[in-house]
Amino acid sequence: MARGQKSIERVTELMNDPVHIRNIGIVAHIDHGKTTLSDNLLAGAGIISEELAGRQLFMDSDEEEQARGITIDSSNVSMVHEYGGNDFLINMIDTPGHVDFGGDVTRAMRAVDGAVVLVDAVEGTMPQTETVLRQALKEGVRPVLFINKVDRLINELKVDEMEMQIRLGKVIDKVNKLVKGMNEKAYNEGWRLDATNGTVAFGSALYNWAVSVPFMQKSGVSFKEVYEKCKVGDMKSLAKSSPLCEVVLDMVVKHLPDPVTAQKRRIKVIWKGDASSPEGKAMLNCDPNGPATLMITDISFDPHAGEVSTGRLFSGRVKRGTEVYVMGTAKKVNRLQQVGIFMGPTRVEVEELAAGNIAAVTGLKDAVVGSTVTTLQDMTPFESLKHYSEPVVTVAVEAKNMKDLPKLVEVLRQVAKEDPTLQVTINEETGEHLISGMGELHLEIITGRIKRDKGVEILTSEPIVVYRETATQKAGPVEGKSPNRHNRFYIELEPLPEEIVNLIKNGEISMNQTQLERRDILIGAGMEKDEAKNIKDIYGTNMFLDMTKGIQYLNETMELILEGVHEALAGGPLADEPVQNVKLRLVDVKLHEDAIHRGPAQVIPAVRSAVKAGLLFAGDSLLEPMQKIQITVPTDQMGNATAQIQGRRGQVFDMQSEGDTITVVGKAPVAELFGFAGDIRSATEGRAMWNTEFAGFEIVPNSMTKDVVLGIRKRKGLKETVPTPSDYLA
Amino acid sequence: MLTFVGLGLYSLEDISIKGLGCIREADRVYLETYTSRIMGASIADMENFYQKPVIELGREDIEQHPGEILKEAERSDIVILTGGDPMVSTTHMDLRIRADRMGIQTAIIHGSSISSAACGLSGLQNYRFGKSCSLPFPHKNWFPMTPIEVIKQNITLDLHTLVYLDIQTERYMTIPYAIGLLEEMAKKAGIHITLYIGIARAGSELPVVAAGSADSIRRTDFGPPLHILIIPATLHVVEREYLELFAGL
Repeated sequence: MARGQKSIERVTELMNDPVHIRNIGIVAHIDHGKTTLSDNLLAGAGIISEELAGRQLFMDSDEEEQARGITIDSSNVSMVHEYGGNDFLINMIDTPGHVDFGGDVTRAMRAVDGAVVLVDAVEGTMPQTETVLRQALKEGVRPVLFINKVDRLINELKVDEMEMQIRLGKVIDKVNKLVKGMNEKAYNEGWRLDATNGTVAFGSALYNWAVSVPFMQKSGVSFKEVYEKCKVGDMKSLAKSSPLCEVVLDMVVKHLPDPVTAQKRRIKVIWKGDASSPEGKAMLNCDPNGPATLMITDISFDPHAGEVSTGRLFSGRVKRGTEVYVMGTAKKVNRLQQVGIFMGPTRVEVEELAAGNIAAVTGLKDAVVGSTVTTLQDMTPFESLKHYSEPVVTVAVEAKNMKDLPKLVEVLRQVAKEDPTLQVTINEETGEHLISGMGELHLEIITGRIKRDKGVEILTSEPIVVYRETATQKAGPVEGKSPNRHNRFYIELEPLPEEIVNLIKNGEISMNQTQLERRDILIGAGMEKDEAKNIKDIYGTNMFLDMTKGIQYLNETMELILEGVHEALAGGPLADEPVQNVKLRLVDVKLHEDAIHRGPAQVIPAVRSAVKAGLLFAGDSLLEPMQKIQITVPTDQMGNATAQIQGRRGQVFDMQSEGDTITVVGKAPVAELFGFAGDIRSATEGRAMWNTEFAGFEIVPNSMTKDVVLGIRKRKGLKETVPTPSDYLA
Repeated sequence: MLTFVGLGLYSLEDISIKGLGCIREADRVYLETYTSRIMGASIADMENFYQKPVIELGREDIEQHPGEILKEAERSDIVILTGGDPMVSTTHMDLRIRADRMGIQTAIIHGSSISSAACGLSGLQNYRFGKSCSLPFPHKNWFPMTPIEVIKQNITLDLHTLVYLDIQTERYMTIPYAIGLLEEMAKKAGIHITLYIGIARAGSELPVVAAGSADSIRRTDFGPPLHILIIPATLHVVEREYLELFAGL
């Protein structure tokens, strides 16, 4: 603890010196060894004892994490590393690799400037390697590569020295191919990973050693020596001659940017406001004397301090008592109580934090994950966090005991606040609440946590698939009449082209941009100029355009129109499932002269019914979530593995054998994948390694639509017959 | 047959004799209570007075499900009662259109309306009113500026504005509340309203009429609903005299 205390002192000294700060994340596919790497880096920094590292899983502070041996939440820790005679403060976030917790990775990438991409030398790049790398690049986060478990190449696969170099080269090539494919500009500007310049290191996190080309040159440790020592199992001496901590953190300090350098480039990616405004300038320069701007990337609950919000401070300073505003809320003053940094599970209070750090604060009553917090009364919010997976599975939960009813509602609000990838629908009337998450495992963990940590006994339903609805053809104009019939809205609908949907998903267009900037990007993607300049709203991956001209009172009615659109898109006419990828064009409007006759009770239902009827005219279709599945099995189990995909309405599209194993890649609907874990285990005698990944939504096969729709309608207590347009347009 | 009968301003006796005769002969009598209300009588009072059951209709019954009433009107005589004069609020025009399209004969029996009573109580001349407007209770992110735009436009043309105050199922907008809203809007619109005239319970035995600045009118005790406001233009000499005598100007 004495060493820990000392490092806290050095940390607080360095916090005010952004050039000597590195904010980094460790990202990887599940089980490639992130948490082990983090723990050993911490041990090197004296935060935990070296003997414990590698076994303690210090970063996995949740009981559930330790029991399952995986990381569920991102954890933060700060440490000090000496390089070239200077001390550097390294703020590090360990992120989960399991696909069901991808939301945490997205959020962590907003907070950091650099990422250590970890790849298992034996398995190579895996689907989640690709996903997390994409998340990093999308956020403007620069990668370096650490190839882990090199000892397994030698001791398990028995490759020789030559073969080992070829294999490592292959991993680097593959990662580079991904980087180039995802962001060619950055790749050409020096983000290419190259062993000779030191942006790649390899070693064994578990045995606490690593090497890189620059380190080998400096220390005189040769590749041959590494190979020999691994082969005879003398990793202890490797850990002495080329310690993991030193090699990896040297790489981090040398090749990953400090906040000042990073923010010059990153702010433009994550914030679409005016760069010449005071806050814009302050953030671009990481200026501690500008207004404070903080983006919340995590919220957790501390039994003593209450809600702890963690986020990246891009400019200004915060301390106890600082008065801030949370954008997108009623703009009431929130007063910061404690200000600190995270050291794994413990939070250390500090006097003051300056721009460029990852701050943990209490007192932000109005913030949720993703909030923009600032000392200014108003500023353009940061781009919302883009999640690469969507909630596709729902469970209904209810309190086992009547007395827990109110507590459960409170707990559900908490979990929703903590994990923005969850969608929680609270229904106090029926007491049956819905939690939607990214997969079966995600929901198991969440419901488990409600029982264990929050102490509420709950009953959970079988998991239910979350479907989507979408338009498949053009329709309209559809006339929506207000109940008093004095207001009419004419709306056209059509499928939104895929290029535009992708622009929304990638965050390249949003309502925070200036109209001009958005227009140019949309025109570039093939949208007519007339349409591109009239975007009024983006809701999910739907777009609402106002194509009318010069209609009096339309302006003050627009918010109500959008409310009506949102209500209709939140649940389509077919099965009351969320609507996606639809373009809605408002082409004409007739309004009553007097405001009271075009209030919420008139406008919202008029627009809602026009959109719902319009969707039916536009061939409203049901979409189901798909999952990509990758199964690696011994060759003789191949048939059993493919049968597990094909038997689930799935299709196999790739098989690759390597040695005596074969990797089967395919796709199947989420609806058929419940219980997959158990089935694949028994089908392959427990010898399959597998993982899944969200693969978008696809139209439910025609032959099944009727039954699926009926099933959903029954479950939701809707009338069994699907409505017709005239039901909405009466 | 579908007959719209105006109840007039305040009490049972404000209905016309023609209207009363219509009720007495009707097969069924409905009362619409969401555009206006007569405050001086309850439904029970009406039933006693008319010697007939009176069925109350909400907004949904008339706007969303008018089918049943119209069906009845196809084969029997139906009366719909409204406060004031039936078509002033514009809401029932659609019902008359629908009825006519179904081949139902329709008629209107007018009642006295606040739009003319306001002239009498305030002394502002009917000839000098511009567009009127309603002032709704704001809702979440809906804060329409139409009322102040109408007032502004009328002031430019030197015309008075009659401002109807929102009536909802559970609440009535009062004059002080309305002045609060209008002052907020006036600030945003960059205009200054120098004179307000508040009228409460027009048609009753004890109406209150008061003219003055925002502050003085806000402090005036107008008593129970219904309330209405006028934003006058420059006053004609007779208008001024009238207000001095009857509205404490």
